[in-house]
Amino acid sequence: MTALVEVTDLAKTFDVSAPWLNRVIERQPRRFVHAVDGVSFAIQRGQTLALVGESGCGKSTVARLLVGLYGPTRGDVVFDGRNTAQTLASPDARALRKRMQMIFQDPYASLNPRWKVRDIVGEPLREHGLAMTEAELEAKVAELLRSVGMGAADMEKFPHQFSGGQRQRISIARALATEPEFLICDEPTSALDVSVQAQVLNIMKDLQRQRGLTYLFISHNLAVVRHVADQVGVMYLGRLVELADRKALFATPRHPYTRMLLDAIPDIAMTGRQRTPVQGEVPNPLQPPTGCAFHPRCPHANARCSSERPEMTLFQGIRIACHGVTEGRI
Amino acid sequence: MAIKPLLEVRHLRVEFPTRRGTLLALDDVSFDIAPGEILGVVGESGAGKSLTGAAIIGLLEPPGRVAGGEILLDGQRIDNLPAEAMRKIRGRRIGAIFQDPLTSLNPLYTVGRQIIETIQVHLKVSAAEARQRAIALLQETGIPAAEQRIDQYPHQFSGGMRQRVVIALALAAQPELIVADEPTTALDVSIQAQIIALLKKLTKEHGAAVMLVTHDMGVIAEACDRVAVMYAGRIVEIGPVAEVIHHPAHPYTAGLMGSIPSMDIERERLMQIDGAMPRLNAIPSGCAFNPRCPQAFERCRSERPDLMPAGATRAACWLHAEPLQVPA
Repeated sequence: MTALVEVTDLAKTFDVSAPWLNRVIERQPRRFVHAVDGVSFAIQRGQTLALVGESGCGKSTVARLLVGLYGPTRGDVVFDGRNTAQTLASPDARALRKRMQMIFQDPYASLNPRWKVRDIVGEPLREHGLAMTEAELEAKVAELLRSVGMGAADMEKFPHQFSGGQRQRISIARALATEPEFLICDEPTSALDVSVQAQVLNIMKDLQRQRGLTYLFISHNLAVVRHVADQVGVMYLGRLVELADRKALFATPRHPYTRMLLDAIPDIAMTGRQRTPVQGEVPNPLQPPTGCAFHPRCPHANARCSSERPEMTLFQGIRIACHGVTEGRI
Repeated sequence: MAIKPLLEVRHLRVEFPTRRGTLLALDDVSFDIAPGEILGVVGESGAGKSLTGAAIIGLLEPPGRVAGGEILLDGQRIDNLPAEAMRKIRGRRIGAIFQDPLTSLNPLYTVGRQIIETIQVHLKVSAAEARQRAIALLQETGIPAAEQRIDQYPHQFSGGMRQRVVIALALAAQPELIVADEPTTALDVSIQAQIIALLKKLTKEHGAAVMLVTHDMGVIAEACDRVAVMYAGRIVEIGPVAEVIHHPAHPYTAGLMGSIPSMDIERERLMQIDGAMPRLNAIPSGCAFNPRCPQAFERCRSERPDLMPAGATRAACWLHAEPLQVPA
């Protein structure tokens, strides 16, 4: 089986320097944020890779790099054997765009409030010449709406007439319009109530089964990730720290940060399991700590952790960036 | 309950008069909170949970108004007090913590100035004493190097640290009741866990009663003693947290619990409640949940249930009604 999406050493640096005149007068150097720094992973066809992490860890930047909303500073994204950045610059760009679509977090901001649902969902069909006549367009939009559990009558309505969950389903219908193979979902349910989140997650799973979709699922909610993912990547300050099968990651989390994240989840079943209290905060990405970025918060950190940055290595079937684990200390 | 409740809410009714008629946002909401107790109020967007909190602290946004019922703080009615008297209670006897820690702090003043001002408005202490107290509060909420950080501005704090400042501010005048409206929603999970632990520790130490409004059942399970589940402006179930979570009596609570992806149980599909909460201008007759309820029967559509005993909790659901007495 070959991977549909392969990402190697992907990096994105943002220039956050003060304006030129300020830099000259205040003698400030240029400043850069390494939002994503050397991330590598592969997603098999029909599978879901979830990226989890706290605010500012770079997970949304990865999503945007994958669809080409940002150009990478370094590294490659290979989609179905072809380099995305090169393809997007070539005449084949439209064909590629058709094959990957994105669902955004906030269904209130991602739908044009002045457009009817038929235009919102129909736009990609028109744009890519997938519907020749008005009647054909209408039939296709109706079918798309039905596939996300909505009715054909909803076509004539505007986004404000729908609840958050319904809007997110419209976003999904729109993303599905070009019959993509790869969907990038950036926190698709975090703006929704739990009962509505359940509806949307169920629809996403059904669609994956029916159409063989491949997902990159970005979330900060580990419980949601556990429900949808086949593989899970944990990110911290722009780098992957652990990449493992869902089962392995949740049964035996290896990286101290993964363990901390799992321990931080409120214990809803009230099982009274033993948990280590969480300490500290995510450091300022402008001045990331030396060595392993997690070492100031890590209970197992030693001198090596604070000086030498751990690389992702294969360890007992998972990929992990931690000196402690590879040395057998943890 | 053996202990006299600190806060009693009786048949609270909040209305929003609009041009197209009056909307009933809260209808017959009753509960109480004992000193030292944390009551969770949970529900989906628009269920009326934040509105309940706003009514208690007397900060309903006009045209919203309390149209019936009463709110008692330590036996004294506070819902009909004039604005000036309510202002003295707010901050002094009732502290408030809101969702977004950035908008609850004034960006133009140092955090110290804001805390000291609050202390001096409510307590008769000198400026030096107030500053000492402010530093002590910041230390208590877990802010490192409080002596230095007290003179910094809100933008110099991270999200989690700002929420600690807001908690310090709410505790400044040692209130008896704290209304916390989604205090951890804007925070990352690792910070959320710290803030919940802090809230629990502080309530234990200060003996304050807390009303914790949230949409997150996990937060409720972690922090609360009892929980009230709200739906369409009414409480549908109220009881001890463990009971409500493990043996929900109301079908809505059961659906809500089933729709949460679990860390402990593996499921292919999540349980889902079809449909959405009704809008305020289209609340169904009978039980407001009946169109979405898998167990609804005739009585649910015609007659509205009130809270009734259901196992260890109380639920507003006809499934738990006593069989009707048939006259002999």
